[in-house]
Order: sequence, then structure tokens, then C-alpha cells
Amino acid sequence: MADLRADLGFLQLRNPVLTASGTFGYGMEFLSFLDLSAIGGIVVKGLYYGPREGNPPPRLVETASGLINAIGLPGVGVEHFAADVLPELRKHDATVIVNVCGDGDEEYFQVIEFLNRYDGIAAYELNISCPNVKLNGACPAMNPHMTRTIVATAKQRSRRPLVVKLSPNVTNIAEIARAAEDGGADGISLINTLLAMAVDLETRRPKLGNVFGGLSGPAIKPVALRMTYQVAQAVRIPIIGMGGICTGRDALEFMLVGARAVQVGTANFVDPAASVRIVHEIAEYCDARGIARVADIVGTLETNR
Amino acid sequence: MRHDPAARIIQKKTWGDFHLLRLESQALSSEAAPGQFLMVRTTDGYDPLLRRPISLHDAGGIGLEIFFRVAGRGTALLAAKKEGDILDCLGPLGKGFRLDGFGPDKTAWLVGGGRGIAPLFFLARTLLSKGAGVRVFYGGKTVSEIPLREKFESAGILLDCSTDDGSFGFAGLVTTLLEHELRAGRPDGFFACGPDPMMERAGRLALRLGLPAQLSLEAIMGCGFGVCWSCVHRIKKDNEGAWRKICEDGPVFGADEILWEEA
Ligand SMILES: Cc1cc2nc3c(=O)[nH]c(=O)nc-3n(C[C@H](O)[C@H](O)[C@H](O)COP(=O)(O)OP(=O)(O)OC[C@H]3O[C@@H](n4cnc5c(N)ncnc54)[C@H](O)[C@@H]3O)c2cc1C
Ligand SMILES: Cc1cc2nc3c(=O)[nH]c(=O)nc-3n(C[C@H](O)[C@H](O)[C@H](O)COP(=O)(O)O)c2cc1C
Ligand code: FES
Repeated sequence: MADLRADLGFLQLRNPVLTASGTFGYGMEFLSFLDLSAIGGIVVKGLYYGPREGNPPPRLVETASGLINAIGLPGVGVEHFAADVLPELRKHDATVIVNVCGDGDEEYFQVIEFLNRYDGIAAYELNISCPNVKLNGACPAMNPHMTRTIVATAKQRSRRPLVVKLSPNVTNIAEIARAAEDGGADGISLINTLLAMAVDLETRRPKLGNVFGGLSGPAIKPVALRMTYQVAQAVRIPIIGMGGICTGRDALEFMLVGARAVQVGTANFVDPAASVRIVHEIAEYCDARGIARVADIVGTLETNR
Repeated sequence: MRHDPAARIIQKKTWGDFHLLRLESQALSSEAAPGQFLMVRTTDGYDPLLRRPISLHDAGGIGLEIFFRVAGRGTALLAAKKEGDILDCLGPLGKGFRLDGFGPDKTAWLVGGGRGIAPLFFLARTLLSKGAGVRVFYGGKTVSEIPLREKFESAGILLDCSTDDGSFGFAGLVTTLLEHELRAGRPDGFFACGPDPMMERAGRLALRLGLPAQLSLEAIMGCGFGVCWSCVHRIKKDNEGAWRKICEDGPVFGADEILWEEA
């Protein structure tokens, strides 16, 4: 069988398939469907310092080949996570990446410093798309200066590799990616959801309690692929691509444009075993074509005519 | 919870917009309890993307049934399936009705509106098999919306029907019928499933009369197994309201647990 290992430099993965934050719970929910050690790793649901409730319903609406969510990042907070969830995950030999959230820069750093004290976390993924209430909902991901500043401090406070997760809701994704690299990021993951809305023509009301939400699923794959390609051209640090991945072929397309690993998100809702199925489909693709190492596909897109 | 990518449809019945599918699946039926549901894929492709929640209408042996009404594209695709086709289902999901205490010399009243009747057949059969007395109140807008009358009657279940337009049975809402009947007698508890406004009326009625009631709630569901947090409803906790997941902590809740939005 083909060698599926993925080398992120700062982290070696069994295979290039991770699960995306917010679509895989804290991992334990999927134990009846798959073995957590059969996938590259899991990125757990976004963690703020304290527990959070999330937005009023309706929180989700389906759209053409996608969904818009306005869940609002409810979660258990770092103390509960470290005490109850992390020890369980360690038993299952899962590679765990924690998605770090914050309302304002300081909260991100508090989450990191708290979790620094615990073992069993392979890296942090800085979710710089969290709305900052004091800044009218603006997030650090929207601006290169804010991105560089928060990444630099987070990196300093962290005793672990730091992946920075980018928002697609920006004019120039390559510029933000370079700012994250300049700030000291060890890797970049993208894309988070696309800002979106849905309305009900009959009731003339928004379909989401929060009015706006984030679009994900197959509908966003072409946008995600384009952005992954642009970022791969702009930075030297490893990239983890995502957005609408449902099959092994989808995953390989992200690798072709430069991602060393991928994350599977919304597909987990439709097929709870999607991530492990995708690992198998990648292996089958490579074996059928005599590709010895899947890593050899990374960044091999041919753009000359 | 199990995944059966190929539950076979062995029988199909249709009444206008309403459809009943009988499926065969060892995996799905083995641990099934009344009030639980399946997440059903409506297409092999990704549009519609999400699975649809559908209650277990009945289960036993390796067979199970679902009963649904076409509400949009997903249920229309389900309605187009034929005998011999296969359905990709996850289940059984959620916590069903709590039946402890319902044995001989207890009576339960079951209240269902429209498609909300779906889980009550399995529930009625299970209660009867425990020896409890069962009476079902079944309502719809008009006579064509209460197609399962004969099915309940031939299973020996006592049935009272209502239609909003008076075309069959009591003329009015099924909760109004229930209110009338509660003047003549009291069950040991009631169970209800239907649209939110009906659940709220039924819940408030139960609280006013001090009757234990279990209500099955609906919400748009992204996953059905507790990971997306889309399906929340306000549930009482330490005298406050907390968002709880309908798919995992429900869909059945006690009337005294549910907090309704202030009108
Ligand atoms: C636990 C549970 C059990 C259910 N059991 C049954 C059943 O046994 N039989 C049955 O006929 N229906 C049942 N439903 C409702 C059924 O899931 C929806 O009618 C269905 O998902 C609509 O899909 P659609 O693609 O046909 O319509 P869509 O085009 O998606 O939507 C049509 C309308 O239905 C609303 N809707 C969408 N999803 C849901 C949902 N999950 N719950 C309620 N309303 C929704 C939409 O807001 C819209 O107004 C159940 C729902 C839940 C949550
Ligand atoms: C319901 C839901 C919750 C999410 N929660 C988070 C989160 O907590 N943190 C985060 O960085 N991204 C979150 N995301 C974004 C996903 O991780 C991913 O970036 C995005 O959905 C695109 O991938 P996909 O199309 O494969 O789902 C969430 C997405 C969904 C659908
Ligand atoms: S439907 Fe996903 S958590 Fe309930």
C-alpha cells in the first residue's frame, strides 16, 4: 500500500486526513463509527476559556450542496476539556489539535497558557475568525496587522506548534497568510466558513436566529481550492486545506494545489465515517496509479499549457 | 447508534402526501425504542446535502417502519423511492419515551397531529404489550391528513380523531379535543408529538392539570447524533434555561422540563 504519511515539519501524521473543528465534537461522539487512530488527527471543537452557550436557534439552514451555520461556538471551556475530555482522547491514541478561540486577543493567550500545562495535545490551531464583541464583531483574520500581532504573541506564549486558521472573508488571502507566517506561525489551515445568509420569502424573515452564518460543504470547495492554491504560492510553511471535502479525490485536489494535509468538516455530518473512508480512497487512488508516497502529489499542479 | 447504508424497502403505502415505508435492517431495528428516530439520506449525491430526521413508526424483528409527509425536497425524494430500493440510514437515535411505571392498571393518552402521529404507533403498541391502557387522539386539518385511522383501529388501539374543518370526528384542534376529554377522565400520563405550537399547548395543559406528560420536539438537524449543536431547545436546568440538544438529550422531554419562548 502507498505510504500515506504526511510531514507537516512540526508534526508527523499517520495520513493526511484530519477532521475539522466544530464538525467532529470532541471526537468521542464518533467512536461507534471509526477508530480515532485510523485518521491523521482530529481538530476539536473551538475552545474559549470558559463554557459558552452559543446563539439562539434556528442555528442551521441547508442551502444548495451546503449549509449555513450560526451555532455561535458553544463549548465546555478549557477546564472541563483538560479534566474530562483530554484524558479520554489520549486513551484512543488520537493526534489532537485544539482549535483556540477568543473574544479579544487576551482570551486566546489565556486558552493557550492554560492548555500548555497538559499533555496530549499535538498543536494549537488559532481560530482567528472569532468575532470580537468590543470591535463590533471584527476578527483578527480580517486584517494583516491584527493577524501578525496576535500570531506573534500566541507563538511566544505557546509551548506547542501553532497553526493559524484563515478566514476566506478577506480581499487578499495571500497577504493574510504572509502576515501569519511573519508572525511566526508553524503552519496555516484554510478555509473557515464563508459569511452568508438565507431568508424566508414567505415570512420575510432571516432563516437564522443570528441573521448571518457561515457557509460550508461541497458548495464552497472551488473557493477553498483557489485560496489554498494562492496561499501555497505565497508562503513556505505547511498548509492544511479544507472546504467541502467529501471524497478521497476532493482531498487529493487540495494536495495537488499545495496542501500537505486536509481537514474534513461538513461531510462528517452526512457520513460519520467520512474521514476514514477518505483515507481509504486516497490509498486506492495511489495504489491504482502506482504512486508510492501520497506526499509526492503535494504542489504538483501543472499550470503551463 | 448504527449505520446501515442499505436498509431495503420491502413495502410502501401512499395516501396523498403521506407515505409509509417498511424497511428491513437488522442493525437499525435491534435496539429500537419508541420515540427514537433515524437520519435518512435522501440522495446518493450532495444536494440535498443533509440527512433528514424521521421517527420510528414501528419496529420489531428485523423490520421497521417510517411514516412521513412530504414537506420539501428531501421528503419528496424519499417519497419517490420504490419497493426494492435501499435507504442509507443512521439510527436508532435519541432518547425515546420513558415508559417505566406504565404497566397494567395504568392508562396513557397519546396525542398526535399530522405527521406527529408517526412515533405514536410504535409507542401505543409497546404500551399495550406492557399491559397499559392506551387511547390515541389523532388530529389533522382535514380528513385526508389522518390516513392512519384504520391502521390504529385494526391494531386494537382506541382512537379519537379530530379535524380542524370538521370533515371527520371532533371539529377543532386535537388539543381542544383532549381538553374536553380530560373533563370526563384522567390518564396517568400523556405523550404527544406534533408541531411546536401544538406541543406548547399540550405542555401547558399538562402542567395546569398536574399531569405528567412527555413531548417529542422537532428541530432542524445538521447531524442527528450530537456533534453540530444545531438542534437546541431551552430546557430547565438548576432553575434556569440551558440549550440542550434535541437529537441527543431528546427528542422526548418532560413537559415540566421544557421552557417556551415568552410570547
Ligand atoms: C426527531 C424528528 C423526527 C421526525 N419524524 C418525522 C416523521 O416521522 N415523519 C415526518 O413526516 N416528519 C418527521 N420529522 C420532520 C422531517 O424531518 C422534516 O419534515 C424534513 O426534514 C423536511 O425535509 P424536506 O427536505 O422535505 O423539507 P425542507 O425543504 O428541508 O423543509 C421544508 C420545511 O420543513 C422545515 N423543516 C426542515 N427540516 C425540519 C426538521 N428537521 N424538523 C422540522 N421541520 C423541518 C423547514 O424549515 C421548511 O419549513 C421529524 C423531525 C424530527 C426533528
Ligand atoms: C457546524 C460547524 C461548526 C464549526 N465550528 C468551528 C469552530 O469551532 N472552529 C473553527 O475554526 N471552525 C469551525 N467550523 C468551520 C470548519 O472547521 C471548516 O473550516 C469549514 O466548515 C469548511 O470545511 P467543510 O466545508 O469541510 O465543512 C465549523 C463549521 C461548521 C459547519
Ligand atoms: S442535530 Fe447535530 S447536535 Fe443535534
